[in-house]
Amino acid sequence: MGSAVHDNIKIAIRDVTKLYSNNSHSLIALDAINLEIMDGEFFCLLGPSGCGKSTLLNIMAGFEKPTDGKVLIEGGEIAAPNPRYVTVFQDYGIFPWRTVQENVEFGLEIKGIEVNERKKIAEVFIKMVGLVGFEMRHPIELSGGMKQRVSLARALAVNPEIIFMDEPFGAVDALTRMKLQEELVKIWREENKTIVFVTHDIDEAIYLGDRIAVMSSMPGRIKSLLDVPMNRPRLRTENDFLRIKEKIYLEFFEYADKK
Amino acid sequence: MTDLPKRHMKRLEDRILPIIVAGFFISIWHGLSLLVYSDYLLPSPSSAIKAIFELLMNGTLIDHLLTSLTRVFLGFTLASILAIPIGLILGWYTRAMNAFNPLIQVLRPISPIAWIPLAILWFGIGDKPAIFIIFITSFFPVLISSASAVRNIDASIIKAAVNFGARGIDMLRKVVLPACFPQIVVGLRISLGIAWVIIVAAEMVGMRSGLGFMILDARNFLRIDMVVAGMVIIGLVGLGLDRLVCSIENNIRRKYGFSSS
Repeated sequence: MGSAVHDNIKIAIRDVTKLYSNNSHSLIALDAINLEIMDGEFFCLLGPSGCGKSTLLNIMAGFEKPTDGKVLIEGGEIAAPNPRYVTVFQDYGIFPWRTVQENVEFGLEIKGIEVNERKKIAEVFIKMVGLVGFEMRHPIELSGGMKQRVSLARALAVNPEIIFMDEPFGAVDALTRMKLQEELVKIWREENKTIVFVTHDIDEAIYLGDRIAVMSSMPGRIKSLLDVPMNRPRLRTENDFLRIKEKIYLEFFEYADKK
Repeated sequence: MTDLPKRHMKRLEDRILPIIVAGFFISIWHGLSLLVYSDYLLPSPSSAIKAIFELLMNGTLIDHLLTSLTRVFLGFTLASILAIPIGLILGWYTRAMNAFNPLIQVLRPISPIAWIPLAILWFGIGDKPAIFIIFITSFFPVLISSASAVRNIDASIIKAAVNFGARGIDMLRKVVLPACFPQIVVGLRISLGIAWVIIVAAEMVGMRSGLGFMILDARNFLRIDMVVAGMVIIGLVGLGLDRLVCSIENNIRRKYGFSSS
């Protein structure tokens, strides 16, 4: 509601089931998941660890294959990772031997874009994530929050349609996390990307998401789908925020009580 | 500001303490040689130094030292050229690793010295069997460290590279090689150290030249001072080799951003 969500479906998840089995027993990580994510939407997958939210993200991004069902992006079945849909990992996945600049240029280099051109593009996104002055640093010299900024800039540089984010701010301190969330929303609104964001942090999901899929574990299922009808930028202390937070709390604990 | 002289003191301490320990060792050695009172059973430090000078002056030391170093260099280089790519392949393809690992684990524990009879049979007398022995010595440590370097690459680094479309030669050149480089260099350093230990043993058993042979020859002439002189030289050259590779390694780590400043 706060943003311009288009009406067309970007990602369609159809009956996706994922089984992990070893010799003795099998585990249902995902149980017949159905979900539709809209073009330009900021979509959050929220759930406790082990609920399969990262597995679902990995399947959407093409890193894993579902045991059953399929994921369609713009109607086409996803079979392998593709630079049009870039993942940002919790542990960054940036290259320690490359400087910030070289990291951001990586995807462009693989695409075969010529040196001056990719330098120009990298500059834009290094500026966007606030890393001006750190271009020549190596990741080892950066804080966790800054490393994640590098990862985000590297993703944005290839101009992807979708950015998958797998608990990207899980390893940074609370204050830095809030700052990064704020900047991510700003970038998302400027760049008009579809973002699928995995988190176990309720506040984070409410602050970021247009919609939130609350997941439960064993087996991994979508328990409920919530709209976040709040204008942006959002305040973590306003009534709407707290009301949604309470609703999600109840989702978890009511369920636990009934068990 | 006060911690500047402190840091200076610390560095001084780091330099002085090892010298004190070494001095202590040499004094004990000297004391023992006085007690034993036989230059045959235990030559004193001073007679060892005299022997080093004698060997330096008549040219034998340099000849044998260069022979040993050349053998180590050639065997080690050949082994690395083969073992690094094979190790990378085994590390990348789990199937290949599973297939070859048992064979490697059987060949690896065979002491390179045990290969000497075959080496002499196949390559005769001279540098070739020694180079072969060093090749065997260096091959497995380099192979194993290269393979494990590949397996230790962060999963997200590979996933990110795949995500951006890196394939084949790009993947190897821009991701796998640089990611593995630091650990491969550690493997090279370790295997060079072992090679230096093995070359002396090999030259004592089956060669007619090199530092190992020099020591054996000195014993046959009852020049135990020269035996000890040879041992001292081996130790010092070993230290020098390790320092050299260490500084190369540190340079690479810094350049590749694996350690700061």
